[in-house]
Amino acid sequence: MSQSSQVQPPQVLGVPAPRLRRPFRPGSVLLPIYFILLLLPIYWMITMSLKTNAEIVSGFSLWPQAITFEHYQEIFTNPAWYTGYLNSLTYVAMNTVISLVIALPAAYAFSRYSFQGDKHLFFWLLTNRMAPPAVFLLPFFQLYQSVGLFDTHIGVALAHLLFNVPLAVWILEGFISGVPREIDETAYIDGYSFGRFFFRVFIPLVRSGIGVTAFFCFMFSWIELLLARTLTSVDAKPIAAVMTRTVSASGMDWGLLAAAGVLTIVPGALVIYFVRNYIAKGFALGRV
Amino acid sequence: MARIELDDLAHAYMPDPQKPEDYALRPMTMTWQDGGAYALLGPSGCGKSTLLNIISGLVRPSHGRVLFDGQDVTNLPTEARNIAQVFQFPVIYDTMTVHDNLAFPLRNRRVPEPEVRTRVAQVAELLELTGDLRNRASGLSADMKQKISLGRGLVRKDVAAILFDEPLTVIDPHLKWQLRSKLKQIHYELKLSLIYVTHDQVEALTFADQVVLMEGGEVVQAGTPQALFEEPEHVFVGYFIGSPGMNLLPCAVAPGGQGVQVDGQTYELPIDPDHLERARGRGSLTLGIRPEFLGCSNSPQPGAVQAHITRVEDLGNYKIATAVMGQHTVKAKLAEDAAILTGPGYLSFPPEQTKLYANSRIVR
Amino acid sequence: MLKTRNNKAWFLVLPVVLSVAFSAIIPLMTVINYSVQDILGPNRKVFVGLEWFQEVLRDPDLHGAFIRQLLFTMIVLAIEIPLGILIALSLPARGWKASLSLVLIALPLLVPFNVVGTIWQIFGRADIGLGGHFLASLGIDYNYATNPLHAWLTVILMDVWHWTPLVALLCYAGLRAIPEGYYQAAKIDGAKAWAVFRYIQLPKLGGVLMIGLLLRFMDSFMIYTEPFVLTGGGPGNATTFLSVYLTKLAVGQFDLGPAAAFSLVYFLIIQIVSFILYTVIQRNANPQAPRQETT
Repeated sequence: MSQSSQVQPPQVLGVPAPRLRRPFRPGSVLLPIYFILLLLPIYWMITMSLKTNAEIVSGFSLWPQAITFEHYQEIFTNPAWYTGYLNSLTYVAMNTVISLVIALPAAYAFSRYSFQGDKHLFFWLLTNRMAPPAVFLLPFFQLYQSVGLFDTHIGVALAHLLFNVPLAVWILEGFISGVPREIDETAYIDGYSFGRFFFRVFIPLVRSGIGVTAFFCFMFSWIELLLARTLTSVDAKPIAAVMTRTVSASGMDWGLLAAAGVLTIVPGALVIYFVRNYIAKGFALGRV
Repeated sequence: MARIELDDLAHAYMPDPQKPEDYALRPMTMTWQDGGAYALLGPSGCGKSTLLNIISGLVRPSHGRVLFDGQDVTNLPTEARNIAQVFQFPVIYDTMTVHDNLAFPLRNRRVPEPEVRTRVAQVAELLELTGDLRNRASGLSADMKQKISLGRGLVRKDVAAILFDEPLTVIDPHLKWQLRSKLKQIHYELKLSLIYVTHDQVEALTFADQVVLMEGGEVVQAGTPQALFEEPEHVFVGYFIGSPGMNLLPCAVAPGGQGVQVDGQTYELPIDPDHLERARGRGSLTLGIRPEFLGCSNSPQPGAVQAHITRVEDLGNYKIATAVMGQHTVKAKLAEDAAILTGPGYLSFPPEQTKLYANSRIVR
Repeated sequence: MLKTRNNKAWFLVLPVVLSVAFSAIIPLMTVINYSVQDILGPNRKVFVGLEWFQEVLRDPDLHGAFIRQLLFTMIVLAIEIPLGILIALSLPARGWKASLSLVLIALPLLVPFNVVGTIWQIFGRADIGLGGHFLASLGIDYNYATNPLHAWLTVILMDVWHWTPLVALLCYAGLRAIPEGYYQAAKIDGAKAWAVFRYIQLPKLGGVLMIGLLLRFMDSFMIYTEPFVLTGGGPGNATTFLSVYLTKLAVGQFDLGPAAAFSLVYFLIIQIVSFILYTVIQRNANPQAPRQETT
């Protein structure tokens, strides 16, 4: 053996990877245009939410002539509105947590072991994203009513597992496959039990995978409307359903509708802000 | 082929370097002759890869110039430099066959297709890849992939130099030997300028005509493998090259000016008094001698100093004796049939091979 | 990676299986039940065999909805996948600009389906919407509520607006996972930007692109809420996609039997296409796996 491998230089200079511009850049023009198109509809909704209804229907203006917060005031003071937000946030949070808790061990199993029927099971899980909602809603309603989960937060959270768990398992499996299995083996040799290994060693290693998965679970649960509306009536009614019903009852209250719409984007924007670094770092999905 | 000159070259990754430590590469001026086989040797993080990337143009130096055959290429991009480089980890184009992988550098430069085919066939022959030319590159083993990477470096005819950045890291040990001798053979046959970065001294010493040893962003010595072995100009060279490395004993000039003191004990060692005189006031002194040159025996020898032999290891074709001198241990590499036992012993320092270093630099 | 054979792994998978099966199996059984029965009243059902299946497969309205659906899915995939790749390639790689871009790009993804419909409903109206007003000021008589072509354009634009970010995010992540060494080697090899894209970036994106394609196929093929809010399936039947039509059938006309029968056919179509995509993904995931075992 050469001696050189043991030599440590007196001071190791941090030598970062050389900075290179990525070679393929078609988009110095494309990107600004895309961002404008992306943001215009959102901008318009925000503008409308700050206009009075009289101003909205009376004429066209690019920005509010007289900014009003009356629509937001209405939403924050009227329980019919703000409980909708709380309901949505409650079941979305429940769904995200449950999805992660049950998908992590499953993803670990799919990544590390082969077992009877694993391939079929994985695809079967995925097929649950594929059920066309229209006809399935009625039996869903009947099922959840018969087991007493109708109009409960946990009920909606459980129903949303149907499409979130397969995705969560899929994404996490990719991340876990990116962790060398030597790490598992070393931990077992060091005398870690499976549980201790899983929580102490493994979870921290796939942290960014958990962040990305949480983002997707949050997203799909937050934007889903059909199941959430079908499975609730009063106590767990989501904000999206509040919007459709209130509006149809009181005619077109555009300002209020826009304000409610703006407020549905805020939680999502916060979530993406917190997970942006995981995405920026590059979630490898293991298959890249 | 070209002569490569580095003119007062330095590089810092941070925008406003102040201290010497801020530089990944400290100022250096060097010339690399056309057709030479050079090794850039040094521990991880010593700046050797940075230097390589500056030569190939992947990194723009923050200071100084790079010249190819006297022409300033410092601001030329990689594509305009006619440089081939092989990286530590194999890079292959997954969707292409082995043949197309090897042809890629030529096709990008619009070399006519018949010539592409001839060159690829030659390189494949050389690297024993002919049988795999039709296969998709993605399914191959790591060392096959690295051979393809090597092949892409060799396929172009007109390159100024081929740079290798620890290309054999991922290769199995037995294949390493094979590939390294292949590279030597290629160098011999094609008279290419090769620059080979490695942290493995054996690789560097067996591959190169000239070895450039780097440490902490600085070139500590450049020379033939023999010079680096016999005449280390810096204690780091002594320590890094050789197995085991050079014996290094911190010492001081003995009060009478005759001999040196190690750990407060005076030894009559055959050191040139002129050297001792010149070393005075140039910082702390170190005595260096390679284990290969240090004599060790149980019986008194003329000029030998007393020591205690604590250990003798038989390593097959040679023996290593470990002895204690003051509070320091020294090692001597002896012939396998040397009769040596632990216990009281004598160390002899041949004058020619006993070096004196002041502030880590050799005193001549 | 070689996996250990271990049937005890089922215990790790069990919670997932149970929780999904709870919501999946009983409703599916019920739908199958509907599909072979004629429900005449709360307690009066008649077994009709495959009659509903035969009926729906002959239903011209459903054929129309199916063709519209197919066309819609193909159009949005043909726009969203290349556009998503282009955007991912154009995004800054690091720094605050990258963070900001990611947050902005992800915004549409987090808008609930019906709010997406509402946003575009407002935006496209000539009287109060920015987009509609702008087109009107150009002299274009734009009205998605009465002109089928305008309705289509609006629905497609809406879907592109909503879901291109998903493709872009996936591709962005895929691009970040390409080691710098590939770009360096490409420079040494003298590859131009197009060659870098064609031979490095695109192949390395294969995996995430397939995931994006699969997700976008499934979701766009079942699109319901957005067109329902925007156009209600109109004008006429112009934007009556499969799910919209099925809802009309099941809820509007309470033709549960035919609706259930078609749901199952629908379900099956999605599964078959997804299965093909999924198989391709699996093959892409380990192209060298079988060979590595032999070496």
